[in-house]
Amino acid sequence: MPMIEIKDVSKAYGAFQVLRHCTTSVDKGEVVVVCGPSGSGKSTLIKTVNGLEPFQTGNIIVDGVSLADKATDLPKLRARVGMVFQNFELFPHLSIVDNLCLAQQKVLGRDRPAAEAKAHALLARVGLPEQADKFPGQLSGGQQQRVAIARALAMDPIAMLFDEPTSALDPEMVSEVLDVMVALAKEGMTMMVVTHEMGFARKVADRVIFMDKGEIVEDAKKADFFGNTRNPRAQAFLSKILQH
Amino acid sequence: MEDRKRRGHPMKYNWNWGVFWEASPEGTGTYGELLIAGLGWTIVTALCAWILALAIGTTVGVMRTLPSKWANILAACWVELFRNIPILVQLFVWFYVVPELLPKAWGTAIKQMPNAAFVTAVVGLGFATSARVAEQVRAGIQSLPAGQAMAASALGLTLPQAYRHVLLPRAFRVVLPPLTSEFLNLIKNTSVGLTIGLLELTARARSMQEYSAQVFEAFTAATLLYLLLNVVVVSAVRALERRVAIPGQVGT
Repeated sequence: MPMIEIKDVSKAYGAFQVLRHCTTSVDKGEVVVVCGPSGSGKSTLIKTVNGLEPFQTGNIIVDGVSLADKATDLPKLRARVGMVFQNFELFPHLSIVDNLCLAQQKVLGRDRPAAEAKAHALLARVGLPEQADKFPGQLSGGQQQRVAIARALAMDPIAMLFDEPTSALDPEMVSEVLDVMVALAKEGMTMMVVTHEMGFARKVADRVIFMDKGEIVEDAKKADFFGNTRNPRAQAFLSKILQH
Repeated sequence: MEDRKRRGHPMKYNWNWGVFWEASPEGTGTYGELLIAGLGWTIVTALCAWILALAIGTTVGVMRTLPSKWANILAACWVELFRNIPILVQLFVWFYVVPELLPKAWGTAIKQMPNAAFVTAVVGLGFATSARVAEQVRAGIQSLPAGQAMAASALGLTLPQAYRHVLLPRAFRVVLPPLTSEFLNLIKNTSVGLTIGLLELTARARSMQEYSAQVFEAFTAATLLYLLLNVVVVSAVRALERRVAIPGQVGT
């Protein structure tokens, strides 16, 4: 059974169709990269997986839990799926360690010493062991995004969603974030990553999904996608972003 | 008649700054002590009304930002009602009209309360100010990037937890300056309490003027005491701002 199953999902804002009959799945331990031009619906798709974006038709099943089911406890599901945002979205009024402890304590009910121990361990893992008592505003963008990844990992997620995690970063900070993500992928984390970083896709992705105008146009194994993608729209997109 | 004659001849005014140490004919101390007692009522009324206004205003302001349409409508009605009626009218309604609308026994009980004017002023000013606090709180919440609420949800926080731990702590920092002016306005607004018999600072200055005829001294003292109160509040808020300032951020 796949960890994440997206079945015929459609979504519209009024007359504007954001997602059209999207169907795909992510197996346990699989890394799937979602790419496509801006406005193609890739960010919307990834946000439907943990219920941050509602959808109108179809269904998404995460680890056996149906999102279309009105009775589903969304906060409970979200606590099990980590998410990393384009703009980091750390809580600026909380210290780094408090950013990592808040949901551990309030959602998982961990006591403070346990939460802090976990926080310090994860900060060490993302290479920021010295920053625990600083505030988000005192860190660089790359550091903030690594903290955001640690914050999501603190919940012991069954899968991680990344929504353009490096798009808001200065170029010199992209690799420090990608390094953390590569390490995570190699440890076997189930990951769905919206990104334009094709180097990352080549290195660790199992599959690549290409979206355009709300549709999943191509859903292929990495080798097939980069080797001989048949879809003309995917080809055009790839040639544009790979020409430099 | 006496009064008018005096006002007509300001040049013959007898200055007497010692008047504050003279016994007031009201019999409970000197004029100075009465003014200080009035200041005390001003402060107590303003503080109690402020607590009420913050509690209601935060609730109503949050309701205006909730995903529920009914919560939005209810909160918007509250704000429009209490923001658009003159504060003096609101006070009169609470003092003269509401007790008549209640069951007779309740109305009588309210009218016979020992501190009816004080309680009415706290409720009236508190409700009126709550509408303004609600608008500030709403603006504060809406000024935050939408991603913050999303990040809180994504971590599994429930909506109440997201407000309690993420949105409100940030929103209050943003609106601390406008909330301070609302509080300063509230302090000044307590002076309308004199119309329903609240013996706050302005009422005390008025009665001192009536009894002692030292109108300039009375209102100079009242003015200085209001200014002093203002300075105390502004300094207290400055200290609070420093305490809650977020390291690494300017402004918010």
